[in-house]
Amino acid sequence: MSYPINRLMLACLLAIAGAVAFLAMNRVVGWSLTWQFRSDKLLTMLVVAPCIAMSTVAFQTITFNRILTPSVMGFDALYMLLQALVVALLGSVALSDMNPYLKWAGEILLMVAMVTLLFRWLFGGKRRDLFLMILIGIIFGILFRSATDLIMRILDPVEYAAVLDASFASFNQVNKDLLLASMVICIVPMLALWRWRHRFDAMLLGRDQAINLGVDYNRQVTKTLICIAILVAVPTALVGPITFFGLLVANLAYQFSGTHKHAYVMPMAVAISVTFLVGGQAVLEHVFNYGSALAIIIEFLGGLVFILLILQRGKR
Amino acid sequence: MIECCDLTLSYDQQPVLKQITLTLGKPGITALIGPNGAGKSTLLSAIARLVKPDSGTVLLDGEPVVGNQTLAKHLAILRQDNHMEARLSVYDLVCFGRYPHSGGRLTDEDLQKVAQAIDYLDLQPLQDRYLDELSGGQRQRAFIAMILAQDTEYILLDEPLNNLDMKHAVSIMKLMQQAARDMHKKIIIVLHDINFASVYADQIIAMKDGQVAYQGTPEEMITEPVMLDLYDLPMQIQQINDKPIAVYHL
Repeated sequence: MSYPINRLMLACLLAIAGAVAFLAMNRVVGWSLTWQFRSDKLLTMLVVAPCIAMSTVAFQTITFNRILTPSVMGFDALYMLLQALVVALLGSVALSDMNPYLKWAGEILLMVAMVTLLFRWLFGGKRRDLFLMILIGIIFGILFRSATDLIMRILDPVEYAAVLDASFASFNQVNKDLLLASMVICIVPMLALWRWRHRFDAMLLGRDQAINLGVDYNRQVTKTLICIAILVAVPTALVGPITFFGLLVANLAYQFSGTHKHAYVMPMAVAISVTFLVGGQAVLEHVFNYGSALAIIIEFLGGLVFILLILQRGKR
Repeated sequence: MIECCDLTLSYDQQPVLKQITLTLGKPGITALIGPNGAGKSTLLSAIARLVKPDSGTVLLDGEPVVGNQTLAKHLAILRQDNHMEARLSVYDLVCFGRYPHSGGRLTDEDLQKVAQAIDYLDLQPLQDRYLDELSGGQRQRAFIAMILAQDTEYILLDEPLNNLDMKHAVSIMKLMQQAARDMHKKIIIVLHDINFASVYADQIIAMKDGQVAYQGTPEEMITEPVMLDLYDLPMQIQQINDKPIAVYHL
């Protein structure tokens, strides 16, 4: 049990059990029909969960902290702002008439560009104080949200509804073709992050030691940021913002993997992420009959972890 | 040899290094001394490409250090502040020293070097302990073991004796002396205590106001006029066991 590989196997088994439970629980019709009904949602979660897990772990490694995540830094709020801007500028009719691929590709490109710029600007120079960064993140979040609010107030009620619709995480209504495209576009940055796992290990020692050990530090950070930006943009474009999920998953992965090595931590984070998302959705849908939205529960738990982590740091 | 040519660097328009031209890295221990803010640590960081100079170049055996992909196999640096988020054991840390050679997949030869470095610093009883459970001296030894496992010709240490008591400070300096002799390492150390420099260094380089002020053997350097000029503090120099020892505490 104590070996990292055993722990990882256990987590993977749990993830698979979650997926099977999601497909099999309360099945009333034949398998093929059940698959037809449930596969879209399952596949969506299987794209979203690894994206969030991998991007959060990589982000926390290159920024030397375990509290900040791309979403705590306010980038889901940036996505909402983009949505609101598109509606305000083009109108909700244009939004629903727009080629979904085009809209989706545009959103992702914009997110990648803005996120990379912001990251570079914030983390590009010297190492900065963590609490300052949290503060900056929160302020950015408020800025993006207020700007969104402002735009929403200008909109007429129909268009307002269109924006509101896009701003809550939902696994229930996803375009199947976009899902396929998302899978394809995620694979490259995922594989890249996995290839760099040994480099990330060395980067845990801090910038100076990483350079001492021969990591081409600045280039590595830029390349990683671009991958992270894609992996943040894709799930946000698919299902909307989920703020604290990455934080929850990454910190559980550090706890449970029993090693610092990214070769174990990254797959562990993916397994935990899938377990939470798919298993949680299975329990919610089939046991509690949609008693609540999964996103709300995840946000609640993740928020608690966030507060705990900050309190813990304050004590040190 | 390490050659610094015309090295200039400022932080926020505050010059820290002023056109330093210097050759260093003879076999043995070279001590870098000088008052606070003289630019010692910055010079060390510039040599190890941790900071980018505004102008000037650093050559290691004739090749520029910036952009040199294999530099980590020839030169290692240990800075003062080694904070990290991850929980690492001593053994894990020492294994990182082999990263430049193996890229994270340790071979038998790597494991052997790791074991040697751990032996050399008497860390076997501690090798499975986590770094955050160790005292300052033990931690410092673990980091030095990592640098030794990196097995480079040049080793740069930035104030390795900070926060160490006298016993541990002496043992680290003895170890460095031994490593310089046994393994022909070229060790460059930033030191605050000039008496450590006097006793253990083979040569001393003194910096003041971002420039190299003096350079020489301990006998030439630890003298009353040089120290007065360097630190602006009158010192009495006494010979103890043929080593010049400065007394300035009175």
